[in-house]
Amino acid sequence: MNAPHPAGAWDTRRRGRQQRLERAAALGLARRVEAPRVGELLEAVIEPGDRVCLEGNNQKQADFLSETLADCSPERLHDLHMVQSVLALPSHVDLFERGIASKLDFSFSGPQGGRLARLVQDRQIEIGAIHTYLELFGRYFVDLTPNVCLIAAHAADAAGNLYTGPNTEDTPAIVEATAFKGGIVIAQVNELVDTLPRVDVPADWVDFYVVAPRPNYIEPLFTRDPAQITDVQVLMAMMALKGIYAEYGVKRLNHGIGFDTAAIELLLPTYATELGLKGKICTHWALNPHPTLIPAIESGCVESIHSFGSEVGMENYIAARSDVFFTGADGSMRSNRAFSQTAGLYACDMFIGSTLQMDLAGNSSTATLGRITGFGGAPNMGSDPHGRRHASPAWLKAGREAGGPNAIRGRKLVVQMVETFREHMAPVFVEELDAWKLQESMGMELPPIMIYGDDVTHIVTEEGIANLLLCRTPEEREQAIRGVAGFTPVGMARDRQMVEQLRQRGVIRRAEDLGIDPRRANRDLLAARSIKDLVRWSGGLYAPPARFRNW
Amino acid sequence: MEKLEFRFPAQPATPAAGAALCGVVGSGNLEILIRPGDEADTCVVSVKTSARGFGRIWEAVIAEFAARHAAGGTRIAINDMGATPAVVSLRLGQALGEYTGGVQ
Repeated sequence: MNAPHPAGAWDTRRRGRQQRLERAAALGLARRVEAPRVGELLEAVIEPGDRVCLEGNNQKQADFLSETLADCSPERLHDLHMVQSVLALPSHVDLFERGIASKLDFSFSGPQGGRLARLVQDRQIEIGAIHTYLELFGRYFVDLTPNVCLIAAHAADAAGNLYTGPNTEDTPAIVEATAFKGGIVIAQVNELVDTLPRVDVPADWVDFYVVAPRPNYIEPLFTRDPAQITDVQVLMAMMALKGIYAEYGVKRLNHGIGFDTAAIELLLPTYATELGLKGKICTHWALNPHPTLIPAIESGCVESIHSFGSEVGMENYIAARSDVFFTGADGSMRSNRAFSQTAGLYACDMFIGSTLQMDLAGNSSTATLGRITGFGGAPNMGSDPHGRRHASPAWLKAGREAGGPNAIRGRKLVVQMVETFREHMAPVFVEELDAWKLQESMGMELPPIMIYGDDVTHIVTEEGIANLLLCRTPEEREQAIRGVAGFTPVGMARDRQMVEQLRQRGVIRRAEDLGIDPRRANRDLLAARSIKDLVRWSGGLYAPPARFRNW
Repeated sequence: MEKLEFRFPAQPATPAAGAALCGVVGSGNLEILIRPGDEADTCVVSVKTSARGFGRIWEAVIAEFAARHAAGGTRIAINDMGATPAVVSLRLGQALGEYTGGVQ
């Protein structure tokens, strides 16, 4: 056997770390680094070929450190292997265009998806894999452990303790993996204070910190303006509440981002309460602090919410509702993406989200040609965890629908909620996902499928609900999907007789089958119809960002 | 602007009102007026739409509406500003609900 370590040398990482710290010390750089000297620091402690974790999710971003790294000399720093949750900022892509980094392992790339695809085609970037968040965090502790991590916190004290504030997000997972495997932790903070409100990261895990010239960027990604919710979305929300939430008694859940699920949140104090569902559904959540959940919280529908991150403008509201949200002794929220994703995977009975395309096996994808967007957390929460062992009524009912009364396990409810056509009459239901063509053009090992069809239990469209748990053959499954695909080419090609039989069996249920009067599918049913309504519901505690204020 | 005309057999509707108006003429939306027609078992629909080339989808949406609802004996006029099939189906259901007083 070839030993991976030279005889007697078992601490090469530790000694390497020491050499890096000595190079920084030789330049006169101490624990607190002035912003103009951060470039020198990075060139001193990072080595070519290093694995570097750049913190940034779709909320908080270590943007100053990212820009500074992108401005480093490619002669000094090159062939870096970036490991990061989200490729969101222009500087993230600059790293590859400028020849500083060459390899990427990540989860999500939303706004930079087009530039990323071009870099792959031009062979300026090698993608290791596209992950879901928890999967990527897991690999930080196995085979993608960073040599250096660049993180963002709200404040530091002189000793280097960090306060992350409500947006703790990915920081604990990144720091843990780096600091305890001979790596170097560098933090950007918004301010230096004498006494921190609380310590989120202890100073002896942090090697350097810098007060950035401007506060770190935070995207209000989970704010949906109720003014943009349509009557069709209200109809779909009514069907979901009556046909799924009520039937399974779904108490513990996660909602994806989008107007479809925002409509459900805004019907909890009205339609769902009228159906007698208050306290019987939606009491415990793994969820970012969606402003559209404020009316449900204020109406007493919600008991507990653990969050992946925070949401801009929700800080004071959260602090004032500490029975519902997880907060520190200082009063401010503590989020944690790794734990909330774990909660979404194992402790929730339902995930409901949306997608851009779905095929006839129920596979769904947000990949479109010419863009590599990745997955985020959806594949994790939108999957049935075979490691789950505890029962709940919703989980058992779903399991028995799929496997009969003697089923030895339950099923996570994985619901996809879509209108049959997107904007410009692009059909959501398709014979073949664009993901396959993307795989071919990008030379990927797998098509980027967000949620596998065999994990999906229900599909909600304006045409009704398809319950895939009750399908017994692949043909039934295909016709159940066609049966709610409306007037898309896939929907028009349905076998009418078979779809009618599926409807008789309750596999497909239309609004009229659920006793829903279409005249009630109206925005008036929403508990809030504008951002201003949400502010009012919060008693003035919710402070929406300027872009959402139109009064 | 495109004008389309359709006639489909349907179970007779039971009107509760002389006419029903639903929706608004606005981008992505449409306005539907239901009035009594001449034949009790036929639903006659005339569509004026700003989006050209979707005749086949209109035909399918209205055929499905006539098959699923008791909408016979009606004359339906639609002014469309590029509504999706989802919006069209919902508004048709809402207009018929108003016309029949909730009996469908």
